[in-house]
Amino acid sequence: MRQISTDGPVAFRTEGLTKVYGSEPAAVHALRGVDLEIPKGELVVLLGPSGSGKSTLLNIIGGLDRASGGHAWYHGLELTALSDAQLTQYRRRHVGFVFQFYNLMASLTARENVELVTEIAPDPMPADAALELVGLGARAGHFPSEMSGGEQQRVAIARAVAKQPTALFCDEPTGALDSTTGRAVLRVLCDVNARLGATVLIITHNAATAGMADRVIHFADGRIREVVENRERKAPEEIAW
Amino acid sequence: MSPLDRKLMRDLWRMKGQAIAIALVIALGVLMQVMMDGLVNSLDETRQAYYERYRLADVFAPVKRAPEQVSRELAGVPGVASVETRVNGGALVDLPGRAAPVRAQAVSLPDFGAPRLNDVYLAEGRRIDPARHDEILLLQGFARAHDLGPGDTLSATMNGARRRFEIVGLAEAPEFVYTPAPGELAPDDSRFAVIWMSETALQAAFDLDGAFNEALVSLTRQARVEAVLDAVDRILAPYGSTGAYGLDDQMSNRFLSEEISGLRVTSASVPPVFLAVSAFLLYIVISRMIQQEREEIGLLKAFGYSSLEVSAHYFKLVMVIAVGGALLGCAGGVATGRSFAGIYQQYYKFPFFVFKVDPPAFAIGVSVSILSAAAGGAIVLRRVFALTPAVAMRPPAPADYSRTVRFGGWVKRHLDQPSRMVLRRLIRQPWRTFAAVIGIGAGMAVAASSLNLLAGFNRVLAQNFTLIDRSDVTVTFIEPLSARTVYDLGAVDGVIEVEPVRGVPAVLRHDRHSHRGELSGLVAAPRLYRPVNRQMDDVRMRGDGVILSTALADILEIRPGDRLVVDVREGRQPVLDLPVVAIADTLIGAPAYIELEALNRALKEPGRISGAYLRIDKARSEAIYETLKDMPGVAGVSLKAESRAAVEEIMDEGAGSMRFVMTVVAFVITFGIVYNSARIAYAERARDLASLRVIGFTRAEAAFVLLGELGIITVLALPVGVAMGWGVAQLLAAGFSTELYQIPGAFVPSAFGGAALAVLGAAVFSGWLVRRDLDRIDMVSALKTRE
Ligand SMILES: Nc1ncnc2c1ncn2[C@@H]1O[C@H](COP(=O)(O)OP(=O)(O)O)[C@@H](O)[C@H]1O
Ligand SMILES: [Mg+2]
Repeated sequence: MRQISTDGPVAFRTEGLTKVYGSEPAAVHALRGVDLEIPKGELVVLLGPSGSGKSTLLNIIGGLDRASGGHAWYHGLELTALSDAQLTQYRRRHVGFVFQFYNLMASLTARENVELVTEIAPDPMPADAALELVGLGARAGHFPSEMSGGEQQRVAIARAVAKQPTALFCDEPTGALDSTTGRAVLRVLCDVNARLGATVLIITHNAATAGMADRVIHFADGRIREVVENRERKAPEEIAW
Repeated sequence: MSPLDRKLMRDLWRMKGQAIAIALVIALGVLMQVMMDGLVNSLDETRQAYYERYRLADVFAPVKRAPEQVSRELAGVPGVASVETRVNGGALVDLPGRAAPVRAQAVSLPDFGAPRLNDVYLAEGRRIDPARHDEILLLQGFARAHDLGPGDTLSATMNGARRRFEIVGLAEAPEFVYTPAPGELAPDDSRFAVIWMSETALQAAFDLDGAFNEALVSLTRQARVEAVLDAVDRILAPYGSTGAYGLDDQMSNRFLSEEISGLRVTSASVPPVFLAVSAFLLYIVISRMIQQEREEIGLLKAFGYSSLEVSAHYFKLVMVIAVGGALLGCAGGVATGRSFAGIYQQYYKFPFFVFKVDPPAFAIGVSVSILSAAAGGAIVLRRVFALTPAVAMRPPAPADYSRTVRFGGWVKRHLDQPSRMVLRRLIRQPWRTFAAVIGIGAGMAVAASSLNLLAGFNRVLAQNFTLIDRSDVTVTFIEPLSARTVYDLGAVDGVIEVEPVRGVPAVLRHDRHSHRGELSGLVAAPRLYRPVNRQMDDVRMRGDGVILSTALADILEIRPGDRLVVDVREGRQPVLDLPVVAIADTLIGAPAYIELEALNRALKEPGRISGAYLRIDKARSEAIYETLKDMPGVAGVSLKAESRAAVEEIMDEGAGSMRFVMTVVAFVITFGIVYNSARIAYAERARDLASLRVIGFTRAEAAFVLLGELGIITVLALPVGVAMGWGVAQLLAAGFSTELYQIPGAFVPSAFGGAALAVLGAAVFSGWLVRRDLDRIDMVSALKTRE
C-alpha cells in the first residue's frame, strides 16, 4: 500500500455510505446513506440509540468491516476500494481500537497485550510508556484476570495508543464502567487526542459525554440526524454521568 | 520472545490436559505405524543376515543313498555356486522322566572344517571333535527346555540302535528357526530336537558309509531355481530322490516367511486404520479448538496482523501438539518395537537382531499428523478470514434457531427447557454432531474390532481343538504301516478308540499355483478328527474327490468342481488328478483331505496307515505313553494338550502377539476421542453454561445441558461404531491370518458389547471430569469480559 499523507485538514470523509446485513426479506439496513466529514485532530463523539448503526459506521471507517455501498476516505485513501490485505495494512499503520469489552488476550499480561500491537506497528512508543500514560505503569506485569474492568479498559487504551495511531476509535469505551472509572478513561482519551494529535472517534450512549467533544454526531436509524460543533470542550471530570 | 509466542506457550499450558490427550491419540497412531513397520523390516533383515552369515542352502535334495562322487556332478550344474552333502536321519530321544519319546533329527557335520552350507551357530560349549563319535551338538531350544547343557549325556535311538551321546555344545541354525513337532504345525521347543554329530559316525549309524542322503546346493545370483531343481532331480533320480525343493518349501523358512508376510499384511492394514482414526480425531479436535479462537483471530486481524501472521501463530500452536504427538509416537514406536524385537529374537532364537525402521514409516506418521492438524486448522482459519474482523470479533452470532427447529406440541409437552436446549443444539449443528458421532464411532470401531480379533483367536483354538480334533493323542509312524496296527493300538490298555490316518507328502497344484504340503486320508465318517464346514456340520470323506481347507483353496485359487493335481512325494510318487468336492472350514494349517482307502488305492498301497488318532482313558495316560513309545515303528506321540499349548504359543508370541498391543492402543484411542469430545463440548459451552447458572439454573441442570449432549452423541455413536467396527474387524482378521492359522472375521457380540461398554465408561468418566470443571466454573469471570 502506498504511503499516504495525513497532512490534509480532513481525516475522514464518507459519501452515501450504506450497509445492509443479511438479505431480503430479513435484511437489516444498518446504514442508510451516511455523508460525513471529520477534520483531522478532532475529538468526535457519536451519539444515538442502540441499533442505530454507530458501531457499523465506526467499523467501516476503521477498516474492520466493509460497506455495502457508497464511499469512505481516510485522507487520500479510499477505504471502500481497498483489498483485504490493504485494509490490514491500514489498520496496522494508522488505526487504534478500543472496544467496549476490552478484548484483552487473557493469557498475556498488560505489557504483553500492549506489545502485541507495538510489535507490528511502524513507529510505536514503548509499551511501558503507553501503560504509564493510562496510569498503569505499576500493573504492567498483571494478567487481565487480576485487574478490574476499568483497569482492563485502560490497558486496552494503552494498547490502542501505543502504536501512535493517527486515528483512534472507541466503541462505548465506558459502557461497562462506573462513573469514576469512566471519567478516568475519558481523561486518557482526551490526553491522547491532545498529546498525539490523533483524530479520536468515541461512541457512547451517554449524552453528557458529548460535552468533551469538538464535534457531536447524532445518529438515528442508520443516518446522521444532526452534527453539532462545540464552541468549548468540557473536561471529562466535569461530565455528569 | 514475541508476545504472540508467549501467548502460545501460555495457551498451551492452559489447555495442557487436552493438548496431551490429543497428542497422545496421534502418538499412538504413529506408534503403531512405526513399531509394526520396524518389526517387519527388522525381522526380514535379521532373517536375511542370519541366512547369509550361516550360509543357508537354496536347494535341498533328499535321496535314499548316493555316493559322495555325485556331489561333483551336482557342482557342475549351471547356476550352482556350491554343494554340500550330508546325512540327515530321524532319531528318537529318550528323556528320563518323560513318557512320550521326542522325535529328533540327526544331522551330520563334516569331519574337517565347517560345512560349506548350512552352518550352525554355536551358542554354548564347543564344536565336536570329529574323532569322537559320541560327541554331539544339541539344538539349544530343546536343551534349554529340558535343562540340558554341555557335559550332559543324551540317549537316542537311531536306525533301531540305542546310543549314548555326550553333549559338547548347544547350537542353533537358520534351517531350524521354526521347529514344529512331527505331524504338527506349531513349534514346540520341548518336543523337537536336532542333533549334530560327526559325518562318519552318522554314516555308520545309517549304513551310509561313503554316501550321503541329502544334498545342499547354493545358487549363483543369476540362477533360475526351477532349472536347477530339474537338473538336480535328474542327477539324483537313480539314487532314490524324492524331489529336490527350494528354500521356499523348506519347512522352517516357509513358516518364518509366513509369519513375516502375515506380519507385513498386519502392518499394512492395522496401523493405517489406527492412524486414520487418530488423524480424523486430530482434524476434528483442532478445527473445533481453532473455532473457539474465532474472536481472538478477529482481534488480531483488527490490530493489523495479516492473515499469514495469524495463520502462522495458530499453526505453531497446532503443530506443537501434532508434531509433539507424532515425535512421541516415533520414539514410542521405536521403544516398543525394540522391546518386541527382543521377544521376537528369543522366540525365533536368532543369534542377533537388527532393529531398523524405514524412514518412510516415520515420514508417513509425522506427515499424516501434520497434514490432518493443518487441515483442521486451515479449514477454520479460512472460514474466519472470510469474515471481516468486525464480524469475527462478535461473539459467535447467536445461532439462528428459528428456521430449523420449531418444536411441535409433543416436544413442548414432554421435554423441559434444558432437554430442548440439548436437542436444538444437536439439530442446529448437524455437521458438528455428525463429526462427533463419527469420531466416537471410529474410536469404538477400533476397540470393538480389536476385541473381536481376540475372540477370533480363541475361536480358532476352540474350533480346532474341541470341535475338529477330539482325540487325546496322535501317533505318527516312521513309515506307513499295515492297517492291522489299528488293532494293536486298540489293544493297548486304556485306549478307547482308534482312528487311522494316512498322510502323504505331496505338492498340490492348480493352474500356476502350487503348495507343498500333505494329502490326508481320513476314514469315511471321522469321529476323532472330523473336519467341519462353515455351518460346523461334519464333512464326510469321499473317495471320488478331495476336500480342501479354506486356506488351501485360497492359496491355490481353486473351487469345488475344479481339478487338483496331487504330485505325491512318497513311494511310487504317482501324480493324481482329483476333483475338489468340498471346502472344509479348517482354521489351522492348510490341509487337504480324501477318504483313506481311496487314497491307498490311488497310491496302489492298500491297507496302509501313517498314524492314528486315539481317545484314551486319561487316568492311565502315563502307562499308555510308555507302551506307545516302545511300539515298533512309532515315530512320534503327540498329546493334544501339548499341541494346543504349542499353537496357543505361536499365537501369543508370534505375529499374533501384536493384537494385545493393538487392543491396548485401541482403548486408549477410544478414551482419548471421548474425552476430547467432552472437553471441547465443554469449552464451547462454558459461557452459555455460566449464563444458565447466573440466571438460576442449578448445577445439575447446567450439567444436564452439557452432558445430555455428550450422552446423546455417545449413544448415537454406538451403532455407528458397530458398523465401522464390523468393517475394521474383517480387515484385522484378514491381516492377522497366516497360512498357519486363519482368524475368522465372524461377528462376536460380546466384543462389540465390550467396546460399547468401554465407550460408555469413557463417556461417564469424561463427563465426570468436565462436570467437576463445570461445578467450579467462575460465573463472574466467565461473564465479565463478554456481552
Ligand atoms: N453482523 C451483523 N449481522 C446482522 N445484523 C447486524 C450485524 N451487526 C449489526 N447488525 C445490525 O445492524 C444494526 C446496527 O447495529 P450497530 O451498528 O451495532 O448499532 P449500534 O452500534 O448503534 O448499537 C442493528 O440492527 C444490528 O442488529
Ligand atoms: Mg454498537
